[in-house]
Amino acid sequence: MPELRVEALTHTYSAGTPFEKTAVENITLSIPAGQMLALLGHTGSGKSTFIQHLNALLQPTSGKVYYDGKDVNADKYARRDVKGKVGLVFQYPEYQLFEETVFKDIAFGPKNQGLSEREIDERVREAARFVGVEEELFERSPLELSGGQKRRVAIAGVIAMRPGVLILDEPTAGLDPAGCRQILDNIRAYREETGSTVILVSHNMDDAARMADRLIVFDHGRLAMDGTPEEVFARPEELIAIGLNVPQAAALAMALRERGVALEGSIFTHEQLRAAVLRAKEAGAC
Amino acid sequence: MLKDITLGQYFPGDTPVHRLDPRTKIVLLIVFIVALFSAVGWWSYGLVLAVTIAVMILGHITPKNIFKGLKPMLFIIVLTALLNIFYTSGTPVVEGWIITWEGIGRSVQMILRIVLLIACTFLLTYTTSPIALTDGLEKLMNPLKKIRVPVHEMTLMMSMALRFIPTLIEETDKIMSAQKARGADFETGSLVRRAKALLPILVPLFVSSFRRADELAVAMESRCYHGGEGRTRMKQMKLSRADVVAFILGALFLAAVFVLRHFGL
Repeated sequence: MPELRVEALTHTYSAGTPFEKTAVENITLSIPAGQMLALLGHTGSGKSTFIQHLNALLQPTSGKVYYDGKDVNADKYARRDVKGKVGLVFQYPEYQLFEETVFKDIAFGPKNQGLSEREIDERVREAARFVGVEEELFERSPLELSGGQKRRVAIAGVIAMRPGVLILDEPTAGLDPAGCRQILDNIRAYREETGSTVILVSHNMDDAARMADRLIVFDHGRLAMDGTPEEVFARPEELIAIGLNVPQAAALAMALRERGVALEGSIFTHEQLRAAVLRAKEAGAC
Repeated sequence: MLKDITLGQYFPGDTPVHRLDPRTKIVLLIVFIVALFSAVGWWSYGLVLAVTIAVMILGHITPKNIFKGLKPMLFIIVLTALLNIFYTSGTPVVEGWIITWEGIGRSVQMILRIVLLIACTFLLTYTTSPIALTDGLEKLMNPLKKIRVPVHEMTLMMSMALRFIPTLIEETDKIMSAQKARGADFETGSLVRRAKALLPILVPLFVSSFRRADELAVAMESRCYHGGEGRTRMKQMKLSRADVVAFILGALFLAAVFVLRHFGL
């Protein structure tokens, strides 16, 4: 599985007009194959602009993006090719469903890749299985499904291209807690089974803490933090200054420590918090 | 990409032109168009051009803004100019040529006419907010209510349509990006193929438009909207002294153009 590399990427919207705005500035990053990465940042921090460079939807003002060692903007063909290799699921992807049936909609991506009927069939079934869409739904219109089902069909439409990197922009936005959990579980299972790289764009710190093995924080178009969840959540003041939160468990741990409860280790998931509290209790610290 | 389509978009400002009552501006626009089409000779064209430039300066509208709006019309302008150059009889520029002095003169006048026609409508939309514009239209068309023309509904539809143009453009942009990410290709292939490629954009766009219309209707009803009957306005339109001055200037301008026309200038 190939790596994704970004070198000194800068993107300026409406360059040379009074509306000029630099959305991302001088980002250099390397994302090894198979990593589960969470991209954090508040609204307008350049996350969405950044991810659209990874599959060459946007061309950088300056800088380069490499996938598998090849410049994704080398020419027209490279730009088209990379769209099947770096799959991008936009925010509220259910609004792009358009085909008459669920099956046809999921098949749209593979069809554009020019695959054979048999291959398409196989990929649609595989993608639907990953997101938990039953085959009974294949002949239904995607527009008559429930919100959560629609979203999963839309995600399947990208997975069906078998991308090496799957990018999801706020995949849980606007879903109920059960729907959120299911989508995140699907994503985790997908990654475990295929070993592909997953980039999760989010501003939900709890999701990020639970899912990712690397966190990247954007602030005003710049790379503000990059590290493991332990490293990033060890700096809660900086996160709060950027306008982000810390996970609930980390916030609770901070509050407990302030009141003199000696909790050990880095804490950012509920499991860690539970273990630390139990340890502290055994040691008689509270 | 699509965001560049901002034809006739309102530029907020606080100039004498911005402050005029929308009704005044609409009426003066009609006056201006009548004057423009009454112009026959160089003198009258010069006068119309001078008035346009004066309004542009008063309203802080730069030539660049106007030219940006002219771009989509370039083809029609060039075609008109060419036809007039080649199909007007008179004295040739060089003996034996098809191009005549009269042809050149005519095509310059035609270009001026089209450019000024577009420029004056832009002057209205650049300096008047869409809401003020539709309110003004509604007031002006009020007498038509007597003969059962649904004026209020028409202007309401107009202001909603104007309001949702940027939203729709943004939405189109988003859906296009999403389909491109799934490998859709809008740029290559035959005309039929390209038309077919639009389907993945149009279907979601329609679906979301209907959803949006539904939501808007519910939002309006929950704020007790029940048609134009007995509805009062937060901003009452009142004609000020500036409007009276503008009307007098407009009348003088029209009269001057008619006088010039009478003398064939």
